[in-house]
Amino acid sequence: MTRLTINDRDVTVASGEDTPLLWVIRDELGLTGTKFGCGIGLCGACTVHVDGRAIRSCITPVAAVAGARVTTIEGLDPAGAHPLQKAWVETQAPQCGYCQSGQIMQAATLLKDFPDPSDRDIDAVMGGNLCRCMAYVRIRKAIKLAAAQIGEHHDG
Amino acid sequence: MFRRVLLAVLGLLVLGVAGLFAIAWRPAIAPIDPPAPGAFAADRIARGEVLAGAGYCATCHTVPGGVRYAGGYAMRTAFGTIHSTNITPDPQTGIGRWSEAAFVRAMRSGVARDGSHLFPAFPFDHFTRITDQDLGDLYAYLMSREPSAAAPKPNTVPFPLNVRALQAGWKLLFLRQGPFTPDRTRDEAWNRGAYLAEGVSHCGACHTPRNAVGAERRDAAYASALIDGWQAPALTDANPAPLAWTEEALYAYLRSGATAEHGSAVGSMAEVVHGLSKLPDADIRALAVYFADVGRAAARSGDERTVLAGALAASGEGTRQETDRGAGLYLAACAACHYNRAPAPLLARPELALNSALAGDDPTNLIRVVLHGVGTDDGIPGAMMPPFAHLGDAEIASLAAYLRRTRTGRAPWPDLEAKVAEVRRLDTGT
Repeated sequence: MTRLTINDRDVTVASGEDTPLLWVIRDELGLTGTKFGCGIGLCGACTVHVDGRAIRSCITPVAAVAGARVTTIEGLDPAGAHPLQKAWVETQAPQCGYCQSGQIMQAATLLKDFPDPSDRDIDAVMGGNLCRCMAYVRIRKAIKLAAAQIGEHHDG
Repeated sequence: MFRRVLLAVLGLLVLGVAGLFAIAWRPAIAPIDPPAPGAFAADRIARGEVLAGAGYCATCHTVPGGVRYAGGYAMRTAFGTIHSTNITPDPQTGIGRWSEAAFVRAMRSGVARDGSHLFPAFPFDHFTRITDQDLGDLYAYLMSREPSAAAPKPNTVPFPLNVRALQAGWKLLFLRQGPFTPDRTRDEAWNRGAYLAEGVSHCGACHTPRNAVGAERRDAAYASALIDGWQAPALTDANPAPLAWTEEALYAYLRSGATAEHGSAVGSMAEVVHGLSKLPDADIRALAVYFADVGRAAARSGDERTVLAGALAASGEGTRQETDRGAGLYLAACAACHYNRAPAPLLARPELALNSALAGDDPTNLIRVVLHGVGTDDGIPGAMMPPFAHLGDAEIASLAAYLRRTRTGRAPWPDLEAKVAEVRRLDTGT
């Protein structure tokens, strides 16, 4: 039994301590927005936040996040209206969409650390999030749009 | 003639045994009835709790997930596995029947209440420096814990090293008993730091290398040592961190578990930081003052701006696909969290180019962190790293080689793949 907070909800999960957080999120908690990609932490599709920072849930044993605050794409914004989500819609960033929840969760940490990301910052931080539809150009555009909107909001 | 020689030899033998007995024999101290709850003043218990944190007693005297202070933690030493003892006040299996005098004797000279010698895995060589009052407060704290019945597990120290009487000889050679003596040429903070570091916090127990019979080498204080499968870095000016450990850096690290310019406390050092969390800021400051002096930070801190700029330029390495296998792995698995940009690294993004795990002569710490990750409670507050043990030895070796090549000016680590395999084997105990 592991206690953790998922999208601001306290839960106790029964999965074994070694169970990857991804399967707890998807199978035990029924939150299927987070996707399985490679299972070895090398594609980014399973990215969620632990205590506000992006991590790969497919290689993180659930015991490692005992007591921590886990946020999935479902909890990033209560109305699904995070600046990144809005920018994603506006730029029509996804094609098939499978990697997108991971992309957005990773991008949220990127913008927290680097509110005005350069191309190099985006390449470095987002380089571990693969997109087989090659939507990279639109993803970069969406990140810059979201950064600009967050900046405007703060400045205004 | 023959008979005379034989008699002489026998005589010497008898004298030797008698001599050993005379040196080794310690009387038992009479058992007491376990003190009643409320036997100790609240302020003594409170002070003892701080001291128990400063000595992180619970780290060695608790098994993971077990009852605090009930012992059983396995310490793998070069002389076999030694299990820590139960220091809850349980009368049968703990120290419930130990008087304060017995406790003080154990802390000062490594002798149990029954008169048997304790192994120096218990750092009485440091605890002997603790003042009477502090020892009394520690006693008050431990004796007011909830008793827990847990018999000590047997040790696997081989004969003849398991003969406890022989420890008397070890002590004769290596134990310098006596309280801490302040250095009058230094200020109060330095002396307070030295008192904590040399005494209850027993920093040298991990950071000072040991001689062939397991005693800390006085000629190499804080010169770094391998312990519990971690490389405890040098705290002297031989420390490999690219930026000097200044008083400010040491304070931030010991207080919070990490600094952006040096790295995170992991493994045994994370436990130390947890223990030290009980200490007031002034004591952490004192430790920082002392170790900034031990590490000659003032003399070392030179061209910090150049070092920082170089590190942050290197931080962007590998962000474009390269043919190097390690670079590819770095981009896929590491850069998302470790990348930094000028002008300064972020605390939540551990900068590998500034980390002593990458700069040291031994890659053990880097490999272990890659294999096991870092827990949410350890290192940087509010950040964790997942384990990457599923990567192969060759993959982790290529990653380590790549990082060493692109982020330090130091010679490549030799035989990395074998080293990864070795660290993995030691960790799983197979």
